[in-house]
Amino acid sequence: MPLDPSFVGRTYPPTAPYQVGREKIREFASAIGATDPAHHDPEAARALGHPDVVAPPTFPVIVTMAASSQIIEDPALGVDYSRLVHGDQRFAYTRPVVAGDELVCTNTIEDVSTRGGHGFLTTRTDVSTVGGEPVVAVWARYVIRGEA
Amino acid sequence: MELPAQTFQVTRADLVRYAGASGDFNPIHWSDRVATKVGLPGVIAHGMFTMALVGRAVTEWAGSPDAVVEYGVRFTRPVVVPDDDQGTEIEVTARVREVTEDGLTRLEVTATCLGEKVLSQARATIRTAR
Repeated sequence: MPLDPSFVGRTYPPTAPYQVGREKIREFASAIGATDPAHHDPEAARALGHPDVVAPPTFPVIVTMAASSQIIEDPALGVDYSRLVHGDQRFAYTRPVVAGDELVCTNTIEDVSTRGGHGFLTTRTDVSTVGGEPVVAVWARYVIRGEA
Repeated sequence: MELPAQTFQVTRADLVRYAGASGDFNPIHWSDRVATKVGLPGVIAHGMFTMALVGRAVTEWAGSPDAVVEYGVRFTRPVVVPDDDQGTEIEVTARVREVTEDGLTRLEVTATCLGEKVLSQARATIRTAR
């Protein structure tokens, strides 16, 4: 079933706040082998001008991937999850995520199209603090493989 | 200008650790049975794990873990990770495309596994003046 192009431009209600924990940043940094002290030691992060440990650049995907279920599992849009392939990913940072952030995601569908039997879905997630300070904008493009 | 190449070893254990840390438990990243059933040659790395390793290379070149202003990739080829102690390797290189007057450096990044590009349109912008 082709994706409904009338969903382009749709914005979803903000997600519940995600509390960024110091140990989660350390765990994520360790999992990707990122050993810079600013990811692990609050003093090293403060020396760079941050209030607490700094998340690696792709850390926000933990928050946005969970938030994107709002779109991917929207029954009205009708994405077949078993055919979903992650095509592109992009981050534009206002500042890095740091421990102590409480992050809210606002999802927008930027593009929906069907080409060569495959569906394409581009989402934009604006990640900000609960106080409304923008932190990072995150784009993901998914391919929904057609039935061959 | 070319930046020095960086190589990252990827084993099954790394994928399990990344799954736990990221919350992405898709079985194609840990089960050969599921991966082969959906037509893959075997367990593949999370695209976001590859992107995270390339991100490490970018912050390394930048010289600071908080210097990335923009970072994007397209996933073009899966990174197959065999079930042995060596796993596989991802090699990351980059070329400086532009240095702007306001202290930003734009990089064109190449990531290969077994000589094949696994990402395309991989670009990062880093802040070089503090």
